[in-house]
This record gives sequence, C-alpha cells and structure tokens, in this order.
Amino acid sequence: MPHHTVFEAKIEHLQILDENGKLDKKLAKDTLTDEQVVYLYEQMRICRELDEIAFKLQRSGRMGTYPQNKGQEANAVGSALAMVQGNDWVVPSYRENAALFMHGLPMHYILVYWMGDERGSKIPDGVNITPLSVPIGTHMLHATGIAWSMKQRKEKDRAVITYFGDGSTSEGDFHNAMNFASVMQVPTIFYCQNNQWAISTPRERQMNSATVAQKAIAYDMPTIQVDGNDIFAVYKATSDARKRAIQGGGPSFIEGLTYRLGDHTTADDARRYRDQSEVDAWLEKDPLIRTRKYMESVGVWDDKKQEELEARAKTIVKEVVDAAISIPTPDKAEIFDDLYAEIPEDLKIQRDTMRTTSIGRNPSQIGLNAQAAGAH
Amino acid sequence: MAEQTLVGAITQALDQALAADPDVILLGEDIGINGGVFRATDGLQATHGKDRVVDTPLDESGIMGTAIGLAIAGMKAVPEIQFEGFLGPAYDQLVNHAARMRNRTRSAVTVPMTVRVPVGGGIHAPELHSDSPESIYAHSPGVKVVMPCTPYDAKGLLLAAINDPDPVIFFEPKRVYRTFKEEVPDEMYEIPIGQAKVVSEGENLTLVTWGAPVFQALEAIDNLPEDVSVELIDLRSIYPFDMDTIAESVCKTGRCVVVHEAPLTCGMGAEIAARVMEECFLHLEAPVQRVTGFDTIMPYYKLENEYLPESPRILKGITECLAY
Repeated sequence: MPHHTVFEAKIEHLQILDENGKLDKKLAKDTLTDEQVVYLYEQMRICRELDEIAFKLQRSGRMGTYPQNKGQEANAVGSALAMVQGNDWVVPSYRENAALFMHGLPMHYILVYWMGDERGSKIPDGVNITPLSVPIGTHMLHATGIAWSMKQRKEKDRAVITYFGDGSTSEGDFHNAMNFASVMQVPTIFYCQNNQWAISTPRERQMNSATVAQKAIAYDMPTIQVDGNDIFAVYKATSDARKRAIQGGGPSFIEGLTYRLGDHTTADDARRYRDQSEVDAWLEKDPLIRTRKYMESVGVWDDKKQEELEARAKTIVKEVVDAAISIPTPDKAEIFDDLYAEIPEDLKIQRDTMRTTSIGRNPSQIGLNAQAAGAH
Repeated sequence: MAEQTLVGAITQALDQALAADPDVILLGEDIGINGGVFRATDGLQATHGKDRVVDTPLDESGIMGTAIGLAIAGMKAVPEIQFEGFLGPAYDQLVNHAARMRNRTRSAVTVPMTVRVPVGGGIHAPELHSDSPESIYAHSPGVKVVMPCTPYDAKGLLLAAINDPDPVIFFEPKRVYRTFKEEVPDEMYEIPIGQAKVVSEGENLTLVTWGAPVFQALEAIDNLPEDVSVELIDLRSIYPFDMDTIAESVCKTGRCVVVHEAPLTCGMGAEIAARVMEECFLHLEAPVQRVTGFDTIMPYYKLENEYLPESPRILKGITECLAY
C-alpha cells in the first residue's frame, strides 16, 4: 500500500444552550444543575458590572488602560466552575476576570492591578493563580510547567487551565506549550477564547485554518470547539478535559467561540476596523441574555430576582471600588525590595538614597557626608 | 577530595543536588542518555531517572517557559541551554517572565531556577556557539548572573545557584571545561553569589576579568617584568558583582584593566570603569583600560583568536596602562 491515509481528523462543535435560551436536554444531562446555572449567571452579571465600572473609572481618569471582558463571560465562569478552587491552577491572560475571582482572587485586586499597582498581582497564599500576562501567548508554557510539576510529584487529582485568545495561537510559544504538554502528557487544559479579534486583526487574517481547535490535532490532543457563550457547553468541555487530565490522559484543547463586544482596551476604538452590524449580531448572542431566558423558562428566575441581583452587583462592585481606591500609594522602596529575595548591596544604596549618581568614597569633595552621597 | 575538571565539578554538583533534593529537576536538549553535548550531565539520567534528568523537545523557549512553570510550583528547575547563541528564543521567557515575576507579584510568585549555559569562544565551534552575552542579562533586573572559571568555584557557585530563591544564569566557559584540573571537595558546599576572588595579589595594577580570560590574564602576567606585580581579580559573579573588592584593589594600585570576551560597547567593562571612576577617582593614576572583544559579530573560528582578548593583547593593555 504505497499511497494510503495515515491520519484523519475532524473537529466537533458543541452547543447545549442556544442563543434563544433553549436547552438541549439530552446534551445537558450530567452538566449543570439549575442551582449552578443561577450561580454562574450571578457571577457573569457581577463580572459585567465590574467591567462597566472599570470602564467608567478609566474614562474619568481614575484608572489606566483596561481591557473589557464584556460578551465573553460564559467562557470564564463555565470553565472556572469545572476546575477545583485552591487545588487546581489557573494561568490567565487578561480577559477572564470571573475565573480569577471564582478561584479566590479578591475582586478588588483586579482594579488595583489596572490602577498601575503591582500589589494587584500579589496573589494571596492558597490562591493558585499566576498574575495576568501581558506578552501575548507566552504564559501557556507556565501552565505546562506547573502541570508538569503535578505529574512529577504524582499529585493525581490536580490540573491546570490556561486562557488565551485567538491571536495568541500565532505566537511560537503557543505551539511550544502545546508540544511540551503533549510530549510530557501533563494535565493542562488549553482554553482559547476565540473572540474573533486581536485588536484590529480579525480571525481570518490571523490564521488560514477554519477553526482554532484544529491546531491541537498536530499535538495529538483531544480538541473541541464549543459555543463560548453557552455556559453548559463550556462547563461540559472543561469538565471532560479535567476528568481526562486527572486520569492521566494528558492535555486537552478547547476553543470557545465568542465575541469581544467591547473595544480591545479603553485605549482602542473598534469602530475604526469593524462594522456595527457585526457587533449588533453578536449582541443577540450575549451569554447573559440567553442564560436569563433559560432560567426564566424553568422557573428559577424572575424580574424580582433580577432586580435584587442588579442591586447586589452594584453593592459588591461599589465595595470593590472603595477597597481599591482606598489603598495608599505604594512605598517607593517596594520596587527595590521585591526584586530579589535578598536585596543586593548596590541596590540597597539606590533604594536608600533614591539616586543613581554617586560620588563614591570621597563625598567630602562636595561637602556631603557619606550616607547622603550614597557611598559604601 | 579528588581532582576535577570544570565540567567534572559541574556534573558532581548536579549529581549531589539531585540526590539531596527531590524537587531538583534537570531539563534540556540531549542531556539524558547522551549526557549533554559537553557531557556535563553524563550518567545522571541513569542514576536519577528519566523523569528527573529530562530530554526535552528541541525548543529553548519551551525549556525556559516550562522551567518557569516548574519553579512557580516550587520545584528547583535546572534547564540547560545547549549554547549561549541559542538563548535568543528563550530571551522573552527569561527576561520578560522569570526576571520580572517576583517583582511584579511583590514576591507572591517566584522562580527559583538555575539556567546552565556554556559560554564563550576559543574552541573552534560553529557560528553562534562562541558568544559572550553576560552583560545583556546583567542589564536585566531580576536575574543573577554568574560565570565561574575554576572547578572549585563552579561546584560551589552551582550549588548556591540551585538553592537560590531567584533565577540565576550560570554561564560555563566552555574553553576551560577540560583544560584545568584542581582539587574539589567531595562534599556539597556553596560559594556566595556576588563575591569576587583575588587570584593573585599585587601592587602596581588591578586586572579584573572572568570566565576563560582569567587564564589568558595569568599568561599575560607571567610575561611581565619581575618587578611589576598585578592584582588579578576573578569577578565570578557578574550580577550582583563585587565592587568592594575591585574598589579596594584599585584604590591600592591606582590602575585598572578590565578584560572580557564580550564586545566593548556596553560590556561589563564599561560598568566597572564607571564605578571605578566614582569610587577610586582620587586614587587613579591612569584611565581604566578595557581589553575586550571588538564591537563586531563574533567571527567564525578562523578569526576567533583575533577577536578574543588573548594574552598578548592583555599584556599590551597592562603595559600601556602602567606606562601612562
């Protein structure tokens, strides 16, 4: 048989809750309980509130550049619920706020960070989250490494999830992370939030492949494309991936098909490069709208509960904002003190004098004493 | 106590570190059954297992990035990059992640990792196998950089690096891997990072260098007239570096020559010269002289000895500085 097929592949798409709030009951079996659906809806609504207030904080000059999560929340909440808080690790990019607070990061840390303060990334003990990652598509290697440590230490009931966007998958480190995870067979879940846009570059100019999910095939990784605005599909795919991971089945890939309803960041204006009609079409597919429709259809939600939730979200976020803005300006010594476990002598002098000029061992030459001049 | 080469001392240190701490893990290209291209990990996989001395895919960024993940999770990762010329693909992981992690999380997330990298020229190697990029990393806050050149120092500094809570780049001057032997204690010991070593004491001039040029400097000093004495300092740690030892010596001798393989401009010699000016200004008898690689691409091996600061050029630098 000189010429024959050695490999064939296909990509499956999963949607359980459609954009009208209609649930496929058969596919929904053993996924989310109605109680969990309500919980996830609440998390999405609180995340949306945080997002809107963060946007206003930036516009009113009280916060720096901020990337909105709006429209993508189902990816974060559905997958975060499938992972085990305090046990598994979350290795985020920067557009999955709900996954962070669902895994124990105090919500105000997110604002503290975007207010230009590293203490927003001072992850508390017991919270297994790495800091937000700015260089696109490079942090997934850390998820592979952390998962590798779990395999090495035979911590059988642990896994890692890492989030990234469609643009990330053009970066070399994406492929490096996928290849290492596959070769080492470590428990990493690669979750791509395919929100269609990498700033102004649409998915079809980012890659020539029909799906992101098919990129995992090269690494022999179980892979699926899900409706990323459907909490049932996101939860199911992540649960399956986690189950596989802790049973020694290695890494998995999930492409959550979603849409960035906002600009890339507050510094961006998406009207320069995309049509409003496209945005309008995706507004109809908003995960909050369809989840609410579903909850109302099964009788676990009504207008009164909605009003209560909106009031609660406002209160929570107000407290979060208060907590963030009440933090005093960091001590300038911080930039030196947390560079190494132990501060080198030279750096101590820079810290203590806040100067880089030194007139060395002879400060008396300009009438200074040694300490003021930063001498040894 | 037995005589060891530089590479032998490194192998011994890695062997002992693996035996002493289950969290130590070695990863790199061809480091397992093949023992590494310089045999620095020879036999370690057989002793400690495939899951602790790990042959990785051919991917420097992947090696560095997964080592960071291992370290974040609390393991002591010791990645090997086969040659310094291949640090390029790993630069982003090393400088933009490993170096920054502690600072940007205010010490909540740390990267205790030792990156082993053969460095420097003089072995007639292919292109991109002979560079000296240490000042690039000394200019990258958050990492430590060391470059020992003797077996004793290599073992002690490697064990210190592995136990250091921060990322350390451990440069191994490949030219002296097997050219020099000395007694190395069998037991584990550490040499503190950041301390220089006075190789020989002298009164007339201070010569500061590190890596393979230490041996070139010794040769140059041997060719000086009997009545000239040079204080030779092996810096050993590039960052943090031991300015106290340099300043104390230059204040005594009044003259300073810095020698390194890396290019002149923005090399560590420039930093040392600036610091000598600040700290020894009133003691200086001559401008600080730098004998270094040229500001060119490191040439392929037919011309590499023209580029490298070999002993005749060092001798000339010393003589001119003394004559000033």
